[in-house]
Amino acid sequence: MIDLARIRADFPILNETVRGKKLVFLDSAASAQKPRPVIEAMVHAMEHQYANIHRGLHWMSERTTDAYEAARDAAATLLNARDRHEIIFTRNSTEAMNLMAHSYGRGVLKPGQAVVISAMEHHSNIIPWQMARDAHGIELRIAPITDAGELDLPAFEALLADGKVGLVAITHMSNVLGTYTPAERITQLAHAHGAKVMFDGSQAIVHRRIDVQAIDADFYCFTGHKLYGPTGIGVLWGRRELLDAMPPFMGGGDMISSVSYERSTWAEVPHKFEAGTPAIIEGIGLKAAIDYVQAIGYDAIAAHEAALTDHALARLSAIEGITVVGRAQDRGGVVSFTLDRAHAHDIATLLDRQGIAVRAGHHCAEPLMRRLGLDSTARASFGIYTTPDEIDALADTLTKIREFFA
Amino acid sequence: MFDDVRDLYNQTILTRGRAPKHMHRLATFDATAKGDNPMCGDRVEVWLKYAEGGAIAETGYLARGCEISVVSADLMVEAVQGQTPADTKALFAAFRTLVQTGECPDCTEALAPLQPLSAVHKYASRVKCATLPWLALLAALDGAHPSKPASSE
Repeated sequence: MIDLARIRADFPILNETVRGKKLVFLDSAASAQKPRPVIEAMVHAMEHQYANIHRGLHWMSERTTDAYEAARDAAATLLNARDRHEIIFTRNSTEAMNLMAHSYGRGVLKPGQAVVISAMEHHSNIIPWQMARDAHGIELRIAPITDAGELDLPAFEALLADGKVGLVAITHMSNVLGTYTPAERITQLAHAHGAKVMFDGSQAIVHRRIDVQAIDADFYCFTGHKLYGPTGIGVLWGRRELLDAMPPFMGGGDMISSVSYERSTWAEVPHKFEAGTPAIIEGIGLKAAIDYVQAIGYDAIAAHEAALTDHALARLSAIEGITVVGRAQDRGGVVSFTLDRAHAHDIATLLDRQGIAVRAGHHCAEPLMRRLGLDSTARASFGIYTTPDEIDALADTLTKIREFFA
Repeated sequence: MFDDVRDLYNQTILTRGRAPKHMHRLATFDATAKGDNPMCGDRVEVWLKYAEGGAIAETGYLARGCEISVVSADLMVEAVQGQTPADTKALFAAFRTLVQTGECPDCTEALAPLQPLSAVHKYASRVKCATLPWLALLAALDGAHPSKPASSE
C-alpha cells in the first residue's frame, strides 16, 4: 500500500486553496501536478549544472549531457526497452504521433496502404493520420468500439483482413472512457496480418507498468507532464530496426552526420529524430518524475488507483441522474459522466466554486463523443495523490448540484 | 452551498434554462447560420425572418450547450425582436462589453432583457458561452453560408 499522506506532502500545490476552499484536484488526466523532487531537479540544473548538450567541450556541457542522457536511460528502463537508443525525446505525445505520421506514415508506408486507429482516439492520434492520408494517399480506417466502450476486437480483426494495413495506431487507455485496450491481443492480431503497432500511452503509463517487449509493441509514446513530470518533454519508443529505416522528421542541428549544400547525412537514432537543442531542463525533470514513480512502484500505484476508481464508480453510480460514460471491464483512473439536469460546463463551474477541479467538454475526442451521442461530459481523473475523501467531496457536491438545478 | 454562484445562476437563468421559450427552428426563414465553440463543443443554429423594411421579425434557434449559452440564445431572441441589423450589431457590441466587463456604458432600453447575464464577466471561462449565439446571429445577418459555422471568440 502507498503512504498517501507522505505522497501528498511531496506535492506542494496540494496545499493551495482555491476560492477559499481546499483544492480538490481531479483533473490529472489533463496534466498531473508535480512532486518536489521534479521541481528541485529542474531548479538544481538551472542553478548548478546547465549548458547546451551533445556539443560543448567543457565541463558544464559534459555534466548536463550526462544528466539529460540519464533521462533516456530512465525512460528505457521504464518501458523495458531493449536498447536506450530506441528512446526518442519529443515535445509531448502529440509531437511523437506527428513524428510517426510524418516519418513512418509518409516515409515508410506506401500509398494504398492503410492505418487503423480506434473510435476512442484523442485528436492527436487522428489529425496527424488525416494529414498523412491527404498528403500521401494512405487509407485511414477506424476500429469501432462497443457500447460498453471497449475495442470491438472482431471488427478490428476484420479491418486487418485484406493485408493492406501497415500500421495500427491506437490508444492504450482512453482519456475519456478510462478503457484499457488489450495491447497484447492487438499486437498479436496486427502482426498476424503484417501490420506494426503504435500505442498512445499518454494515459496508460500513468497508472500501469508498461513493458513494450511483453506486449510486443513496435512503437509506444507518452508525455512527461501527465506522469508528474514537466511539460515540454515526451517520449517515442520504437524498435531499433524500424527507427533505423525511417527518414528524419525535422531537420536541423544535432540530427546530422555530415552537412553540405549538395547532400547531408543523418545521425544515428535517436539523434536523427532530435533536431535542435532539446528540452534539457525538462528532460532532467522527466528523469526525476520517472524515478519518483518507480520508487513508489507501479504495483502500489495500480492498487491505489483501482480502489479509487471502484469507489468513484460506486459513489457516482448511486447518484440519481448521473450516467457514467464507459463501462469497460479493464479500466484506469478516469471517470466520465453526465448529469440529467445540468450541462458539463455548468457542473464544472459549480464544482470549481467548491475548489473541485474537473474537466468538462469533449476532451479532444469529438468523434468519440459523436459515437456516444454526447456533446460533452464531465470527467474526474485520479493520480497517486488522490484520496477517497476527495471522491466523496465530488459525489456530495454533485448531489447538491442536481438539487440546485431542480 | 452555491450562494456565491447565484449571481450567474440567478432565477431567470435557472427558469429559462429549464424551459427555454424560443428554442425552435423556423419553418420558413430568410437567413440562417451556425455557431460552434470547438474548445467546448457547444453548438447553436439560428434562423431569421425579416419584416418589410429589414427589421428582424422572428428568430428561432436550436442549441446544444450549457445553461449560459442556451439562456443567452433565448434572451437574445427577445432582445433583437423588431431591431434592424445595424441596431442588432450595436446591441451585441454593448452586450459583449457587459459580459466581458460587467459595465454597460452604452446601455439602452434594448439591453434590458439581457441583464440577467450581467454576472458572466465574473466567470472568465464562460464569456464565450454567452456570446456564441450572438456570433451565429451576426453571421446570419451577414449572410454567412450555413455550412461555415461562426466560431466562438
